[in-house]
Amino acid sequence: MRHELILPIDEATSRDLHVGDILYITGKLFTARDEAHRLMIEHSENGAPPPFDPSQMALFHCGPVVRQSGDGWEVVAAGPTTSMRMDLFGRRFLEMFGPRVIIGKGGMGPQTQVAMESVGAVYAQQTGGTGASGAKRIAQVTNVHWLEELGMPEAVWIFDVRSFGPLLVTMDSHGGNLHKQIESTIAARMQSILARIEG
Amino acid sequence: MDEASIRSALVEAMRIATTRLPSDVVDALRAARERETSPLGAAQLDAILENVHVARDSSIPICQDTGMQTFFVEMGTCSPFLGQLKPWIEEAVIAATAAIPLRPNTVDPFTGENPGDNTGRFMPTIHWEVVDGSEIRVSVLPKGGGSENMSTVKMLLPADGLKGVKRAVVEHVVSCGGKPCPPTIIGVGIGGGADVALQLGKKAILREIGSTHPDPVVAAFERELFELINMSGVGPMGLGGETTCLAVHVEYAYRHPASLPLGILVQCWADRRAHVRLAADGTIEVRK
Repeated sequence: MRHELILPIDEATSRDLHVGDILYITGKLFTARDEAHRLMIEHSENGAPPPFDPSQMALFHCGPVVRQSGDGWEVVAAGPTTSMRMDLFGRRFLEMFGPRVIIGKGGMGPQTQVAMESVGAVYAQQTGGTGASGAKRIAQVTNVHWLEELGMPEAVWIFDVRSFGPLLVTMDSHGGNLHKQIESTIAARMQSILARIEG
Repeated sequence: MDEASIRSALVEAMRIATTRLPSDVVDALRAARERETSPLGAAQLDAILENVHVARDSSIPICQDTGMQTFFVEMGTCSPFLGQLKPWIEEAVIAATAAIPLRPNTVDPFTGENPGDNTGRFMPTIHWEVVDGSEIRVSVLPKGGGSENMSTVKMLLPADGLKGVKRAVVEHVVSCGGKPCPPTIIGVGIGGGADVALQLGKKAILREIGSTHPDPVVAAFERELFELINMSGVGPMGLGGETTCLAVHVEYAYRHPASLPLGILVQCWADRRAHVRLAADGTIEVRK
C-alpha cells in the first residue's frame, strides 16, 4: 500500500504501516551515521539533548554530498548508507529520541527491531546508490549540527523534503521483517547451489 | 600540452566516472530489468536506472558515496611525464573534490581528522604498473565504502582446489546480502600472496561487463560463478530477484605450493570508472 506521510506522525500512524508498504515522506529528515549516533547519545546522557527534536523527524542513515550555496547549503547527492553499522546504537537511539521512521538500506538487527516494536517505529529502505534522485526531492537544508566536529559525511544535516521516496517498509512495529523472509529463501537455495558445486 | 591540461583531463575523468555510469553497466542493468520477475527487484532496478539518468542529465554524482579515489596507472617506461604524474594526480583529486563536488572521504584512523579534500597519508590510492612504450594510461575507479566493506581475502588450502574457490566465492557473495548494493560486479583474484590476490581482484573489476578472460578455462570459470551467484535469489538490493551480480571477473597469478590465496572484491552496481591516455607527444584522451 502506498502512503504519503506528512511528518510528524504519531504512534498510531506508525503502527498502521506494514512490511511491503511504499512511503513518500514530506517533512523533515535528520541524517545520522555512526559518529552522530554515538555523539547524540553521549551528549544526551550528559544532560545536553540535541538542538532539534528528533521525534518530529525521520532518521536518515545518510552521509550526503553538500555544497555551500550563498548563505546556505545545497544537497548535491543523498542516498542511504548501510544501516547495519548503526545497529549497535539502534535500540538506545530509538528509545531516547523516538523517530517513527528510519530510512536506510539493508535493514537492522533484532535489538533495533525490539525497540521498533516497543516505541512504534518502522524501517524503510531507499534504493542504495540513488543519491542523485534523492537530492532532487530535498527542498532545502534547514540546518546542520556538529559539522566542524564530524565533517560533511558524518555531520547531522536537517533536510526539508517533499514526497521523498519511494521507500519500501522492510521492518515494521509488529515484528514484520522482509530481510529475514528473504534470508530464509536464500538459505534454502544455497543448499542446491552447494550441491551443484560438489557435483 | 601543459600541466594544467593534464590535471584538468584527470578532473574530467573523475567527473565522468562519478556522474556518468559506463554504457556497459547501464546495458547490463537494463538487461537485468528485462529479466527480473520479482516485483520488488524490478522496482529497485527502476529506481537505479532513473537515478542513473538524473545523475547524467544534471551532471551530479550518481551516489553520495563518491568513493575512495583509486587510480590504476600503466606507465610506459619511455614516457617523458613519469616524474610529475603523482603530484598531478594528487592535485587533480583536490581540484575535483571542490569542482564536481566529491564527498570528502579520507579520515585519519588515529585522530578522526578529515582534511576535506580526499587526500591524506597514502591517499589517493595509486597502483603503479610499469609497461613497455611511451604512453601513460590512467584508470579512475571511485570505490564506494559499502561495497569495499564486503571485500575480503581468504587463504584456502591448496587441497580445497577450484571447487573450494567456487564455494568460498558464492558463500561470501551470498552472505553479503543487500549490503554491497547488488546487483554487484565481483572481482576474483586467485594466487600470488594475500596482497596480490586482492589487487588482482580489484583490477579485474575495471574490465568491461560482457568481456571475458582471454583464457577460455578462466572464462568458463567466470561464467559458472556468475550463474551460481545468480541462482541465490539475493536479487537487487538484497530484496529478492533474479540478478544478484552483473558480472564475475577472474584474474590469477601463480601461487606458492602451500597456499591458495583468494581475493574477493565486491563492487556496487554503481561501477564507476573512466580512463585517461597520455601520449609521449602530450596528446590527451579521456574516455568512459
